[in-house]
Amino acid sequence: MSNRHTISMLLENEAGALSRVAGLFSARAYNIESLSVAPTEDETISRLTLVTSGSPEIIEQITKQLNKLIDVIRLVELDDQRSIERELMMIKLRAAGGEQREEMKRLVDIFDGRIVDVTESTYTVELVGDGDKLNAFIEAVSSKRILEVIRSGVLGILRGSKALRA
Amino acid sequence: MGEKLRGAEIFCRALADEGVEIVFGYPGGAVLHIYDEVFKQDGFKHVLVRHEQGATHAADGYSRATGKPGVVLVTSGPGATNCVTGIATAYMDSIPMVVFTGQVSTQLIGNDAFQEVDCVGITRPCVKHNFLVERVEDLAVTMKKAFYVATSGRPGPVVVDIPKDVTANMADYEYPKSVEMRSYKPTTKGHPGQIKKAMQLIAAARKPIIYSGGGVILDDASDQLTTFTRALGFPITNTLMGLGAYPGSDEQFIGMLGMHGTYEANMAMHHCDVLIAIGARFDDRVTGDLEKFCPDAKIIHVDIDPSSIAKNVKVDVPIVGSVSNVLSEFNRLITEKSISSVDRASDPWWQQIAEWQQLNCLDFDESSDLIKPQRVIKSLHEITGGDAFITSDVGQHQMWAAQYYAFDKPRRWINSGGLGTMGFGLPAAMGVQFAHPQSTVACVTGEASIQMCIQELSTCLQYDLPIKIISLNNRYMGMVRQWQEFFYESRYSHSYMDALPDFVKLAESYGHVGMRVEQPGDIDAALKEAFAMKDRLVLMDFVTDQKENVYPMIAAGKGQHEMHLASDERELA
Repeated sequence: MSNRHTISMLLENEAGALSRVAGLFSARAYNIESLSVAPTEDETISRLTLVTSGSPEIIEQITKQLNKLIDVIRLVELDDQRSIERELMMIKLRAAGGEQREEMKRLVDIFDGRIVDVTESTYTVELVGDGDKLNAFIEAVSSKRILEVIRSGVLGILRGSKALRA
Repeated sequence: MGEKLRGAEIFCRALADEGVEIVFGYPGGAVLHIYDEVFKQDGFKHVLVRHEQGATHAADGYSRATGKPGVVLVTSGPGATNCVTGIATAYMDSIPMVVFTGQVSTQLIGNDAFQEVDCVGITRPCVKHNFLVERVEDLAVTMKKAFYVATSGRPGPVVVDIPKDVTANMADYEYPKSVEMRSYKPTTKGHPGQIKKAMQLIAAARKPIIYSGGGVILDDASDQLTTFTRALGFPITNTLMGLGAYPGSDEQFIGMLGMHGTYEANMAMHHCDVLIAIGARFDDRVTGDLEKFCPDAKIIHVDIDPSSIAKNVKVDVPIVGSVSNVLSEFNRLITEKSISSVDRASDPWWQQIAEWQQLNCLDFDESSDLIKPQRVIKSLHEITGGDAFITSDVGQHQMWAAQYYAFDKPRRWINSGGLGTMGFGLPAAMGVQFAHPQSTVACVTGEASIQMCIQELSTCLQYDLPIKIISLNNRYMGMVRQWQEFFYESRYSHSYMDALPDFVKLAESYGHVGMRVEQPGDIDAALKEAFAMKDRLVLMDFVTDQKENVYPMIAAGKGQHEMHLASDERELA
């Protein structure tokens, strides 16, 4: 998807700041595909990364409107070349019987995943990577085997010595 | 370390220290501590309105007439929700305003307490910013931030929600002289490279037009705009919000543009080769169909809000900065480079404009024995010497006031342009009259709009506000009726105002003067009589032609060159 964009920002860690960002997207009919937010090493600042989509004009408006929010300290649009994106997925899979469990274990190894919880009939797998890798894993597992999927949403950081700081 | 004070006292001291002269408000449970302090202090004047919406519009009108922030104080719950329309009105027109709302005590928040509402949540989409003050220690600095945010950059309303216990608790008081916010640093100086690029376009323009809006008034940049326009000799058009920023009676002014703008302004926009947009935001009522908007123009756009630039229309030279700074820089370069003014007598572009002007698009038929609303506005202009503060409500009367009262000065035309709020006019006029007690203030309205905040007639009596209300009574919601006539085969669905009150008696029952005018020949004498009553509010009920429509008109979705003029046979589309 070429019109997919990742925007990462520093936000005042204050009540209501997240609702200002979310509200902006709903009020102006922009999409949010994923959103993740947590405090940084400075507890007064949160880092928020969101994935949205739209034409270049819409993305320009989105970044301008986000910049206009008083609680947004600074933002950066992350492109593939200049940044690293990661997403965490935990997926609970049906894994009963020796052969099925073996096959699942091999698949997890291929994807550099880890089995973090085991029962007689299930594996819970942790997988980190970009969105495509996580999607590929889901596709590789038969949908009948999937009991539950949870994804963190994309996190992104600039490559090199450049940093997004307040 | 300052003195130790109670929150309510901190609130009043901070307002006085901020330089606030007047607060429009209405008391209630959550703000009783504050009102007790208001009673004891004399740092500012408090005006009791009759409905919280009236408080917001009055503060808004005060701000529009002075450039200072309007201040509102109301209670929690319904007090806060009643303000929402007024806050949204100010937001759409970028009016600096600080609205203080009471809130239930912090330990009750979220409990569905009596008169509790999530004020920060409800107002979030229609404020520039809002705050919930959780600790009395934060009260003074939050108030300072609120005024700073409201008045700087692109101005706008800010809400400060104050829980009752915060107003009861004690803290050291010291009002900060200034505040720094790491997340808020508006740009004011335009980029020199962009300004240079714009000057090159301006110098090479053959068919230029200056299109300026409310931003010029908000930034008090009328003088710079006038210097700029005169130095170049270019035609200028103003938006509804920008009227008065350039003298309306000047020959370079070719009228308002947009849906009900003049033929010459809209045609000049459509045919221009360089468009100089200054403090205007390319609103849909201005541009019409975006596909057909200024097809041959290079566009320069000066605005303090980056998100206004390239929002609706692609721009060739964007300049982010305050319009006063950028215009001053333009003017400096014009002098430095000795760019001379266009000779209007020989310039083909001005000749073309003169041709368009010969259509006399604002002419109206005065042969009937019914009062023409346009005539009332023209007479109002004559009798007030064109120098009154005119507020308006929303609808046909608003457009006629904009078209026929040639505003020569900024801050004289006060209307709800963006949100289009009926009920705005009368309370806004109160704010204006408080700001300018010696000046003539008139509210142009209609029998539908005036009833939306009619209760403020009581406030006007209490504070002796000699406002003149010019009600163009056509017994219809005129603009709705006009659209129904044009686009719904004259099915006048619920646009007829049945069971109207006797407005003369109504005015009298509120202790004011009421006048009814029914004959065209009586307009001037009645207006003179009313405006001679310097110390009385007069409600003038002009019984006007029911069928009169606002022309010219560009139907929604049409291009700027596709206008209706006065009647079907003069249609140009």
